[in-house]
Amino acid sequence: MRRRVAVTINGTKHEHEVEPRLLLVQYIRDVVGLTGTHVGCDTSNCGACTVELDGHSVKSCTVFAVQADGAQVTTIEGLAQGTTLHPLQQAFWDEHGLQCGFCTPGMIMAARQLLARNPNPSEQEIRVGLEGNLCRCTGYHNIVKSIQAAAKVMAPGAERKAPAPVS
Amino acid sequence: MAISQMVGASIKRREDPRLVTGTGSYVDDIPQTAVVHMHVIRSSEAHARILGIETGRAKEADGVIAILTGKDLKPEFGAPLPVTVCFVPDKKYPNHYPIAIDKVHYVGEPVAIVLATSRAAAEDAGERIEVKYQSLPAVLDIEKAIEKGAPILHEELGSNLSYDVKFAAGDMDAALKEADVTIKQRLIQQRLIPIAIEPRGVLADFKTFSNKLTVWSSTQIPHFVKVWLAVILGIPESNVRVVAPEVGGGFGSKIRVYPEEILTALASRRLGRPVKWIEDRNENVKATHHGRDQIWDVEIAAKKDGTVLGIRPTQWLNLGGYCSQFGTFQVLGMLVAQGAYKMKAFDGRAVGVFTNTTPTDAYRGAGRPEATYLIERVMDLVARETGIDPVEVRRKNFVRVEDQPFTTLLGLTYDSGDYTTTLNKALEMVDYKALRREQAEKRKQGKYLGIGLSTYIEICGLGPAAATQAAVGVSLWGMSVVNVHFTGKATVIIGSSPHGQGHETTYAQVASDVLGIPVEDIDVQHGDTAIGPMGMDTYGSRSTALDGNAVHVSATKVQEKARKIAAHLLEAAEGDVVYENGKAFVKGTPSKAVTIQEIAVAAFQTSRLPKGMEGGLEATTFFDPTNFVWPFGAHICVVEIDAETGATRILRYVAVDDCGTRINPMVVDGQLHGGIAQGIGQALFEEAVYDEAGQLRTGSLVDYLVPTASDLPSFELAATITPSPVNPLGTKGIGEAGTIASTPAVMNAIVDALEPFGVKDVSMPATPQKVWALMHRNGGTKR
Repeated sequence: MRRRVAVTINGTKHEHEVEPRLLLVQYIRDVVGLTGTHVGCDTSNCGACTVELDGHSVKSCTVFAVQADGAQVTTIEGLAQGTTLHPLQQAFWDEHGLQCGFCTPGMIMAARQLLARNPNPSEQEIRVGLEGNLCRCTGYHNIVKSIQAAAKVMAPGAERKAPAPVS
Repeated sequence: MAISQMVGASIKRREDPRLVTGTGSYVDDIPQTAVVHMHVIRSSEAHARILGIETGRAKEADGVIAILTGKDLKPEFGAPLPVTVCFVPDKKYPNHYPIAIDKVHYVGEPVAIVLATSRAAAEDAGERIEVKYQSLPAVLDIEKAIEKGAPILHEELGSNLSYDVKFAAGDMDAALKEADVTIKQRLIQQRLIPIAIEPRGVLADFKTFSNKLTVWSSTQIPHFVKVWLAVILGIPESNVRVVAPEVGGGFGSKIRVYPEEILTALASRRLGRPVKWIEDRNENVKATHHGRDQIWDVEIAAKKDGTVLGIRPTQWLNLGGYCSQFGTFQVLGMLVAQGAYKMKAFDGRAVGVFTNTTPTDAYRGAGRPEATYLIERVMDLVARETGIDPVEVRRKNFVRVEDQPFTTLLGLTYDSGDYTTTLNKALEMVDYKALRREQAEKRKQGKYLGIGLSTYIEICGLGPAAATQAAVGVSLWGMSVVNVHFTGKATVIIGSSPHGQGHETTYAQVASDVLGIPVEDIDVQHGDTAIGPMGMDTYGSRSTALDGNAVHVSATKVQEKARKIAAHLLEAAEGDVVYENGKAFVKGTPSKAVTIQEIAVAAFQTSRLPKGMEGGLEATTFFDPTNFVWPFGAHICVVEIDAETGATRILRYVAVDDCGTRINPMVVDGQLHGGIAQGIGQALFEEAVYDEAGQLRTGSLVDYLVPTASDLPSFELAATITPSPVNPLGTKGIGEAGTIASTPAVMNAIVDALEPFGVKDVSMPATPQKVWALMHRNGGTKR
């Protein structure tokens, strides 16, 4: 008993017949082929699978693909403009906010939502805001710095200096 | 080095653009058509005989291709899984096959594999498999496992005891006689689950008619895996290629040859199709090895002035259901438990025991966190007993700069180290005297501030080859190939296999300095057994001390050849030509130089080379240092205990670390941040717990608490730099230092905070409940 879903991911509409039990993260990774969204646990704890669903940050391992029918999804692959990184991606690079990189896509997606809700967060607000995303490499120290740096660049009224494209 | 521009520069990592955009390829991201998915059926019993496995109904399920059990696969194992000497040559251990044949020894041990067209189909079919077990009594506790009458895991060994060995020097009985103060303390190293955020995964592709096997695995040790796949499967090693693609963290948990690497390869050979297995977290917590799980009993002899005369530690190690490949590596803790201190006697004993639990093996620090926890708690116990400040007790016992190179009672020689300077710097950073005053003030107000020190040393950078061959059973060295191309760009191949450590950046910095080729023109390749002669992979904070220096040596060899070619091109005497910043010229006339690009062209237009010289501009190095390297440092943790709840809050965390030359200080600091966080995790949050039947009660990230961002402070780091004399770059390791140092710093702080309650020790993890109970054990009154 397969169900038809239509999901717009990073601006591109995808339509497939899927099993009702298929998770959104499996749809994104295995059906659509966008493997930047990672799976790190089975229990919605690690946040490696965080994506944006209709403007809300969700853990895509805890959403069925059929629940995303008709929705707009943004994944990590949707952030950079061509070869120009999103300010958060740039800040994670500049501040050494990643090591193995496995949690990073989810971490950046969560940070994006955090800054959308609170453009000028304190260190403590960033730390509390990241509670749903686990990193085992960085001790979060440079992740916090990355988000602070990105917040400055992304702040309303901040002088938008486009970062140099990645060569 | 004459010119050093890139070494010491915090340049941004070249790994990152692909990782921040989600375009890196971890095992599960590798595109592969017609892949077969493997699902592993795992034992639900901690200790049982397998009476039968009923697979008939499962075989009929949609999408199933094959179901295989241990009995089916046994004839195909050319050897059991490897077990390495690791300090205990005479240990007893059973044969350990990748899948249980007739008996299971821990929950999570593989008993059957399902191969199907999709992961969902494989898991659905797995639900229909019935394994009939005859349950046996399980034993989980180290001490109970070696009591008379305990259930025996491996009957052929006669008992659950693997080894009981001594590591002693000096006269401990005399030390105890001389002592004013003797202390006995039990210190528990609870069992930890490593939790790399990427669980393991393997993709194996066997090509039947060429008898070639390629395996992509989320591993720290592709070269070891290659050798053992060849041995166990009986395929020529030259026909086996192992690739570690992007690896999402390891921390020691991906350091062994794992059953699933063998099982996917065997299945692929049987089916003639690629086979993939991706571990889920539910499997990971029991199928990937655990760390620590030791009891350390220690007897201390000290004088009333704080001088430590000797210690008598016993390390009881829970090996789990089998002896893992590096399962006894943790015995290293015994060898380095003397720490940064002089003493007269050391009387160590190490005992290893089998229980019905997941096997234990290396986990970040592997033996050194345990040793450091022991000796740093010893220093604080002596301080408490003698009433002397813990800082002064450390100063009293420190190995001094003038004692270096210092040889320990057990015969290991430190390469270099200045422990007083790192301690002084850390004390200055926290303003120790002011902190102690603040602590006294706060106590009057019923607030409990604690200050904890850890003045650690560690051994890392494994080689040298002869020493590691004798102690561990493997000759460990560093490997590199440096190859300058026709256009003057370079490829560097290394034998280490990073998983977050930034080798692609740091080793390009090393080669760039020697060759004068810009970092962006140097590509560093790794993690693929097809591209270099051999590698000894990544663990034990060894990569930069070994492979990083191998890069330096290879680049130096290439530079030397380039200089010879340049002399020929310049028609000058070889001895008159110098090489600087990517140019060679006759001494004193830098304006008439040939560039590395021009030299490289000549190296391939071989008619332009000196007579008898072979073409190419390439060098290979197997680097073998003269000693281990010994990083050190001083960490200070300041905590406040909430008197209402017993919760610990870390107010400040200060770390002064010395890892010799820092190639990329930003990367070094990043390693420290993560390491410190992991050590704090052990101190405050993490503990694997089994129930009496051997079921893991902390089987998910809901129950097993990995630190989150809000659990941790920002860290205050500083450095001293004491170059190692045992390698040309002067580098030491830094991957594990944070974890080694931080656990005792935090625990010493907590015990210090609870001093008004007469608390002398707190077991880990220091949960609020446990701390609150200690504060209220006398009905809430102090002392």
